[in-house]
Amino acid sequence: MRKLDPKIPSGPLESKWDRHRFSEKLVSPSNKRKLTVIVVGAGLAGASAASTLGQLGYQVECFCFQDSPRRAHSIAAQGGINAAKNYQDDGDSVGRLFYDTIKGGDFRSREANVYRLAQVSTQIIDQCVALGIPFAREYGGQLANRSFGGVQVSRTFYCRGQTGQQLLLGAYSALCWQIERGQVTMRPRTEMLDLIVVDGQARGIVVRDLVTGRLSVHTAHAVVLATGGYSNVYYLSTNASGSNVTATYRAWKQGAVFANPCFTQIHPTAIPPGDASQAKLTLMSESLRNDGRLWVPKTMVDHRSPGDIPEAERDYFLERRYPRFGNLAPRDIASRAVKAVCDEGRGVGSSGYGVYLDFAGVIGQQGTEVVRERYGNLFEMYHRITGEDAYHSPMRIYPAPHYTMGGLWVDYHLMSSIPGLFVVGEANFADHGANRLGASSLMQGLADGYFILPYTISHYLATAALPSVPEDHAESRAALHRVTSRITRIVSAKGRRTAAYFHREVGKLLWNHCGMSRHEAGLTMALTSIPTLREEFWKEVMVPGSGDAFNQELEYAGRVADYLEFAELLCHDALHRQESCGAHFREESQTGDGEPKRDDTRFAHVAAWEYRDGTVPLLHKEPLTFEFVQPTMRSYQ
Amino acid sequence: MKFRLKIWRQNGPAERGRLVTYEAQDVTPGMSFLEMLDGVNQRLLGNGEEPVAFEQDCREGICGSCSLVIDGIPHGPDRGITTCQLYMRRFPDGATITIEPWRAKAFPIIKDLVVDRSALDRVMQAGGYISVNTGGAVDGNVLLIGKDQAETAMDAASCIGCGACVAACKNASATLFVAAKVSHFAILPQGKPERTHRVSAMLEAMDREGFGSCGNQYECEAVCPKSISVRFIANLNREYLRAGIVEAGLPSEPESPHAESV
Repeated sequence: MRKLDPKIPSGPLESKWDRHRFSEKLVSPSNKRKLTVIVVGAGLAGASAASTLGQLGYQVECFCFQDSPRRAHSIAAQGGINAAKNYQDDGDSVGRLFYDTIKGGDFRSREANVYRLAQVSTQIIDQCVALGIPFAREYGGQLANRSFGGVQVSRTFYCRGQTGQQLLLGAYSALCWQIERGQVTMRPRTEMLDLIVVDGQARGIVVRDLVTGRLSVHTAHAVVLATGGYSNVYYLSTNASGSNVTATYRAWKQGAVFANPCFTQIHPTAIPPGDASQAKLTLMSESLRNDGRLWVPKTMVDHRSPGDIPEAERDYFLERRYPRFGNLAPRDIASRAVKAVCDEGRGVGSSGYGVYLDFAGVIGQQGTEVVRERYGNLFEMYHRITGEDAYHSPMRIYPAPHYTMGGLWVDYHLMSSIPGLFVVGEANFADHGANRLGASSLMQGLADGYFILPYTISHYLATAALPSVPEDHAESRAALHRVTSRITRIVSAKGRRTAAYFHREVGKLLWNHCGMSRHEAGLTMALTSIPTLREEFWKEVMVPGSGDAFNQELEYAGRVADYLEFAELLCHDALHRQESCGAHFREESQTGDGEPKRDDTRFAHVAAWEYRDGTVPLLHKEPLTFEFVQPTMRSYQ
Repeated sequence: MKFRLKIWRQNGPAERGRLVTYEAQDVTPGMSFLEMLDGVNQRLLGNGEEPVAFEQDCREGICGSCSLVIDGIPHGPDRGITTCQLYMRRFPDGATITIEPWRAKAFPIIKDLVVDRSALDRVMQAGGYISVNTGGAVDGNVLLIGKDQAETAMDAASCIGCGACVAACKNASATLFVAAKVSHFAILPQGKPERTHRVSAMLEAMDREGFGSCGNQYECEAVCPKSISVRFIANLNREYLRAGIVEAGLPSEPESPHAESV
């Protein structure tokens, strides 16, 4: 059994990263040219890592399944990016951002990682300004800030409601420069389908060219996965339809352990699902909760239109339950509160799965124009999708799967349990614990890619023995064979059901039994149903055409096949964690008034799962020790 | 609701394409245009036929993947949106809708409604960046940028790179795309040092990729899902003119006092 060593440097928290950087070995400029690094994924983490590694002098090969690296799903992040700049002089500091993130994550992340994240957060803003990102400014020319859920300071930098887009385009422009310089070879429209491990080291990948269908082997001295999260395992989520678990899941099957898969964030404010044909849920930015108030009628099944319900008959449930944070309670807490009032039968809209997000107050006080300036694009988006005007009647919102805190386990170097396999951004598990705060995913993606990985990977490349691996190495051929036989199996099933059917079914199972609220009986049930569904998939799936051509249905079926295995891992993890923490709510572990009960004596650990062929995955526990903060009951009341 | 769809089918870049008629049934007004196409594809699959290939990803109007010409207009009849943000309540029940790919020499068709837009990436690689290394940047507030200036830069920077401007232009020009990028950087102080080279390099790349010239017809602005203004094209022209003057003003050989005379 492998031992999981997080390799956290010793000494005071404030100086761990500085001392660590100094002790890292470097690669000389002339040797960097001889070293190749593969980066899979070109979102914030992938593009920033690939461009920085290219700038340092490594030969980088960067892969993405989209037609251009500029389309990765980081682009859809709306609200902003956090940094401990304290430009507002409202008491912010690196220490406070660190503490907010640790507490927001319900004390299920590593102190050293989170502190480092808070430290480099300030550099990210400077770097992004240098790259020409048009952040919102005050009239005097200084950078503007807004506040976000779960914190009491204004530390969020933003570009209207398109912060993710602008940050991604910044990283993409840096990438363009390195492509032009010949340091990065960009391979869009290619999908990683397997990892090549030689003598225990990650040394390459197998990819499929999505235009020609051709499979090819790419070898390198190290492999970086920046392939995002797996919210799409729920079928309906706020993620782009292409976002998938395949790269990290394939790496898991080759020996990289997977940490805390059950930590999945359900975002409180998405547009409620409509009919069965719906393919995605659209997020309404968390920033709306700065001014919008959440409420439902006090009585059950109230069919009056919202304007006809007098103040006294409304329940502003977040303000009532969490008076200190009110409508800015963290995401996990807000989502569960929404679910609770809907389960009581007080939900609104035709399905009963929805609550009001009301702007009448702020419009009355500050006028429509102020609201239009702040949130105009979101109100427009809402209008287009629902046909309703939120300036005149409240929005209806309901929680939706949005982000996954779980991911491949990494140590302080961002290296997985396979030497030479690094994991950055949402694809790793490291910094958000059991719940991520708003505007922290962009921060983490760029911290990993611009400022952390380039240091730590250099140390690995400087110290590891890396004999040359020919492309036709036995391990490469074995990986190629695994991919080929899987594709053949999918296209030759010639069944009667589409991949979308199986995706919807597994999504429904997970949403009902491993969604916002989980209990033993439900999880056990899901664990027996998933294998049956999977067997049916391999017998009944229908994919036209062949693997040797452009075939979107084949791409999709391959991803669904992985969801059907991965869903089981998710449920195993949720079943093991018999406590409620962050986004993971076990009904068996709650207080009398429905607040979650964390169990630090039994579960103050990272649950890291190892793949075993033909049997249940093996659990490793990395204990979480808190030297600098004291885990407290996480209260926002 | 029910619709008659005439969809462009083409097996590969070198093959001949044609419009094929399909029926879309059980459509609800709240369905998005792409969800309606999902339904058509599920039925085609059920009949053992090949589904219609089209591009999509985020389905919220920001990634720039979706790219359909609907009844002759890129991204369909409404202004300021992408195809994925178009809802079926916009169409009268029973209507016939024609769906085609982006058509431009620089965007070869890969299959059905999917085209290759990598030419836009190559235009960006020619100069659509500020050359700064990671690390060592000065504090973000050292550079004061007025609110109006930042807002104008953001207006230009909001381009999603979908290519609708090219598809709408009878010259298949990418001028609005290039104008948006060049203006975004030219407006901000960070972009100033490279502005002369940037505009020339990006316009040369645009020509090289087979995009046409600007014909001043403004179709690009009309179909742009982010409503990027043609005023940025005026800005591009000014930048280009400026670059010409600045470049002409530079001596062709470096006049260093230490240079040896031949």
